[in-house]
Amino acid sequence: MGDVLAPWELPITPTLVVSTAIATRDFQDVHHDRDLAQGHGSKDIFLNILTSNGLVERYVTDRLGHDIDVLGIAIRLGAPAHPYDTLTFTGTVASVEDGVATIDVRGAVSLGDHVTGTVRVRA
Amino acid sequence: MSLHDQVMAEAARIQGLGETAGREARDPVNQPTINNWLEAMGNTNPRFAAGSGRGEAPPSMAQVWTMYGLGGKPPADDPLHGMMNVLTDAGYTAVLGTNCEQEYVRYLRVGEQVRVTTALDSVVGPKQTAMGEGYFVTSRSTWYVGSEVVATMLFRVLKYKPRSVVEERAPASVSKPETFVLRPMQNRDTEFFWDGTAAGELRIQSCNACGALRFPPGPACPDCGALDRGHVVASGRGTVFSYVVHRHPPVPGRDLPILIAVVDLEEGVRMVGELVNVEPDDIKIGMPVTVDFRRIDDDLTLPVWRTS
Repeated sequence: MGDVLAPWELPITPTLVVSTAIATRDFQDVHHDRDLAQGHGSKDIFLNILTSNGLVERYVTDRLGHDIDVLGIAIRLGAPAHPYDTLTFTGTVASVEDGVATIDVRGAVSLGDHVTGTVRVRA
Repeated sequence: MSLHDQVMAEAARIQGLGETAGREARDPVNQPTINNWLEAMGNTNPRFAAGSGRGEAPPSMAQVWTMYGLGGKPPADDPLHGMMNVLTDAGYTAVLGTNCEQEYVRYLRVGEQVRVTTALDSVVGPKQTAMGEGYFVTSRSTWYVGSEVVATMLFRVLKYKPRSVVEERAPASVSKPETFVLRPMQNRDTEFFWDGTAAGELRIQSCNACGALRFPPGPACPDCGALDRGHVVASGRGTVFSYVVHRHPPVPGRDLPILIAVVDLEEGVRMVGELVNVEPDDIKIGMPVTVDFRRIDDDLTLPVWRTS
């Protein structure tokens, strides 16, 4: 408990945004078409929620062990993650109870927190 | 009824419908889709690799299997989609995901066929937020393999009026609220009727046991009590049995007066509907009318009546 996970810096590129959107089968235009994204009032395309989830899973399992079982991911979504920004994940073990560890995770971009939340894993 | 009351009434109705019937994933859980996901995420966890022999899918892919895909559309009875439409019609046009809480009961395995149901959990608002005034809409999705729950998700969005739109369009939306449509109840009992209007048919429920026709649709025959039901297609001809001229109170999105008639169909049932091409002074009891169809959007076509 209180253990800190090593941070992870992920450069956001157009390729990352588009390839993860398609790999998560999310074809909303704001995740692959810059002209339409800007037409909707966004600065640029941005990461979709299923990808934020997937990256949170990757961060925690990369840090705590690939065989660890993820029981749940609860995230609150904030600032959009646009290309040419950097998404920096940090994490702390918040509690360990009855064999379940709860990890507080934060993913920040230049605009603020892109994602904050908890991941529950079988300890 | 205020716009807020209408939104909350519709929310209560959709909440009351509970879980949708369930929608099958396009494909079973499969390694190529997992591989694409792993590559895009840069996830090198060997547990999910093709050669691992474990056949497990990453837990946070649960939702991926039942995404609509390119050009896919939510079914007409999807509760989240229905609630979104209500709020869009009420002027809350923009949407922003705010919370996503997924629980993984177990990891999915390659070859499994996943099915998802959705229910409307709650609608809270209107709230003043940094984005603008809006409602928080929370839905609950449940993923099944067979009858086994494998994952759940609480998903919350803010459905809001973008600030610039509020400032620029507020006066217009008061005088021209024609985008708001009061939606009739659509469920498994009435689906055949609305499928009919969408196809240009006026359908009347019939009893497969005794043949009696009935309207409105219901689960049991009022004549013989049988549950086995079908429908016939009406000729679309009838006569005005009675009518009202609705002058007050205001109806969102409509210019008053509206003429509402009870129509005696040739087939012997009565339906209530709007008369669309006649002035209040010209309506006569007994006048012949024929059905016409007013398409509102992909989800709703209303039957209306014209003097013939």
